[in-house]
Amino acid sequence: MADNGVNKGRRRLLLGATTVVGAVGAVGVAVPFVASWQPSARARAAGAPVQADVSKLEEGQRMTVEWRGRPVWIVKRTPDMIERTEQFDPARLADPDSEVPQQPDYVTGPLRSIRPDISVLVGICTHLGCSPLYRPGPDDVDMTAWPGGYFCPCHGSYFDLAGRVFRNVPAPSNLEVPPYRFESDDVIIVGEDEETA
Amino acid sequence: MGNPNRVKAESGFMRWVDDRFPATQMWQEHLSQYYAPRNFNFWYFFGSLALLVLVNQILTGVWLTMSYNPSAEGAFASVEYIMRDVEYGWLIRYLHSTGASAFFVVIYLHMFRALLYGSYKAPRELVWIFGMAIYLLLMAEAFMGYLLPWGQMSYWGAQVIISLFAAIPVIGPDLAQWIRGDFLISGITLNRFFALHVVALPIVILALVVLHLIALHEVGSNNPDGIEIKAKKDETGKPLDGIPFHPYYTVKDVFGVAVFLFVFAAVVFYFPEGGGYFLERPNFEPANPMVTPDHIAPVWYFTPFYAILRAITFDFLGLQAQFLGVVFMGAAIAILFVLPWLDRSPVNSMRYKGWISKVALAIFAISFVILGILGALPATPLRTAVAQLCTLLYFAFFLLMPFYTRLEKTKPVPERVTG
Amino acid sequence: MKKQLFALLFALVPVAAMAAPAADVPYSMTPDLNDEASLQRGMQLYVNYCMGCHSLEHQRFARAAEDFGMPQDLVEEHLIFSSEQAYNDQMHIAMDREDAANWFGAAAPDLTLHGRLRGADWIYSYLLTFYKDPSRPNGVNNDVFDMVAMPNVLEPLQGVQEKVCAETDRPVEGAELDPLTGKYQSCDVLQVTRPGSMEPDEFEEAVYDLTNFLAYVGEPSKLHAQTLGPKVLIFIFIFGVLAYLLKREYWRDIH
Repeated sequence: MADNGVNKGRRRLLLGATTVVGAVGAVGVAVPFVASWQPSARARAAGAPVQADVSKLEEGQRMTVEWRGRPVWIVKRTPDMIERTEQFDPARLADPDSEVPQQPDYVTGPLRSIRPDISVLVGICTHLGCSPLYRPGPDDVDMTAWPGGYFCPCHGSYFDLAGRVFRNVPAPSNLEVPPYRFESDDVIIVGEDEETA
Repeated sequence: MGNPNRVKAESGFMRWVDDRFPATQMWQEHLSQYYAPRNFNFWYFFGSLALLVLVNQILTGVWLTMSYNPSAEGAFASVEYIMRDVEYGWLIRYLHSTGASAFFVVIYLHMFRALLYGSYKAPRELVWIFGMAIYLLLMAEAFMGYLLPWGQMSYWGAQVIISLFAAIPVIGPDLAQWIRGDFLISGITLNRFFALHVVALPIVILALVVLHLIALHEVGSNNPDGIEIKAKKDETGKPLDGIPFHPYYTVKDVFGVAVFLFVFAAVVFYFPEGGGYFLERPNFEPANPMVTPDHIAPVWYFTPFYAILRAITFDFLGLQAQFLGVVFMGAAIAILFVLPWLDRSPVNSMRYKGWISKVALAIFAISFVILGILGALPATPLRTAVAQLCTLLYFAFFLLMPFYTRLEKTKPVPERVTG
Repeated sequence: MKKQLFALLFALVPVAAMAAPAADVPYSMTPDLNDEASLQRGMQLYVNYCMGCHSLEHQRFARAAEDFGMPQDLVEEHLIFSSEQAYNDQMHIAMDREDAANWFGAAAPDLTLHGRLRGADWIYSYLLTFYKDPSRPNGVNNDVFDMVAMPNVLEPLQGVQEKVCAETDRPVEGAELDPLTGKYQSCDVLQVTRPGSMEPDEFEEAVYDLTNFLAYVGEPSKLHAQTLGPKVLIFIFIFGVLAYLLKREYWRDIH
């Protein structure tokens, strides 16, 4: 076991090479174990896009569909509701122009929707995850110039009919708009982007 | 600080650790200054390989539990869920199911090595007994794990094995019912087997593996010559024929691991069913208590003992054949525990034992393999007769060992290891 | 060291080399999971002729579509007939198992794992060896599944097959070999006596596709294993070579 005749360079090189390849192998072994925590095909199937038929939805009415285990609200806004929302004083809103990315790119403007009359929102308060209540009329909430919208009973956050959050409430951002597209005038697909259609 | 008698690093972080935990001491005792004989041959790969497979089983097993559903209604479907819907679930499951068979391949070769070189003999009796305990628990572990997919073979295999307990006179039927927790094998049985397979047995097996290694490192490894290397030491107290386990045997074992993994991966990717021996065909059908498959065979690693069980077809000493079969099967495993006291040879290794020992070991190994083959086949009168002969030879190997090992002429053992 | 390496390989190889037990059936086929066209045709046949009664509880439409390279809209249009079922769903059947048991005496088994339970050869032979047997309640019997309860659902394609006395190239049980012609005389030869919409060759191909599809459904992960396997083996081989060189380098100290 004497050190004479030992080629130290070769030994170090081989040791390094084996260690590196072994480490790569260890990372390779980790891949399936890490990847198996991804949503499974079952979870993905349950999170698949859902269809909603809005033909029977009356003006001013709201329907709820379940997408990825969360309530998604679809509201058919009346011209009056649209006007109230558009004319609402932006100074009272925290993010009137929807700068925080809480919506897909194709959803723009104060109404935060593809079509002005149809609003699609994830019905989960951005504060701590309660589901806000629908208060569409101007008198439904005891507040001056209430434009109609949503009130979260848990911690008192207010949102307008486009899901935009008021200033000085606990909720930090606007309600989320899920990806959605119109398959026809009456059928909405929630969970699928317009581009992939 | 700490225990002043420990070997400690001079300074730095390791010194800080050594003052609180004997890391350097353990590293030296078990690796860098654990002197192993320099003449290990290929039979000595299987110890480290067994450890590798154990790690594989635990890791893949933990991951399988994340998606498995231990209920009679959901178990079968959840296995298919793992095979299809979970990302890489198929690979993790095949690593586990193939790993079970690989475990027994490695363990059987590891045990044969002990028989070959007398590794069970004094002072290594406890190493052997801990090892046998691991083997026994591993069989229980594998048996319970096999019920979990809840296929036809899972169900009826468990049915047959649990019925063995029912063969015990007087208490048998009540005992079997107590094990099942029901009047038939049901979700209740599945649940308790799941708990044992996933929690209880692995803990005990791991503890026994630690004991096995501590006992081994206390007495030192045997070698193909069966000589105590500690008998010849140099002036510094190192055995003349010993080399540090690390780096010499670690690099060698890494190579062994690579060869093993190559074969193992080939099976996992291309032959996960092992030709119907690792995953049996009837197990692709959900358990059905109303219909028995045409031919029930246990998984291959149990077949030698299953063949012994079936070989006993006669009543003897007033005991019924059914019960006697169970007794013989139990005895076939139990007798291995007392092996260290059956071998009276003055030498350890088969290299220096006489021809009777060599022939006896060869006959024993062949009988064991034949029993294994017979256990996988449906019984016929001829096969039963062969199984009876092999059972006789199996027990003769052990029971006659005190005589032939003492009487035969052994060869002189060299002073130092060869090769 | 070389000797040891070979010994180690030998010790482990028999495990890998164990051949699958041959099923005792008249025909054999080798599934080809890379033949997407065949698998697509097989799936088409399955949903049209089999899925009325036999579910594939664990197989998703979407998974098959991905594996066979079929676009979603095409699958939804041509392969999913029930409005209850979505692209991502498993291939369930509309019939309730209890109802089926009441109507037919026994519920048709789920076939997801039949490719592994029975083997491809068995399924292939089973589908090819239905023959007319007036003594049976549904008028047919089967060579590999005696007293079969299932009618020959592929009859519109295959035509009516009967057992006739004829010469055949295939060794038949109990038949005598004619030393002059090299053919067998038997009265158990299956022959199509009233043609269906397919020629016999065409029909065999259709049955091949259907069997191929069921072989795929038994173990879809096989496709992943085929792509991943070679990479893993090559990697381990390279690691093994390095480990061997390293071992030899260190063991110079000892030898």
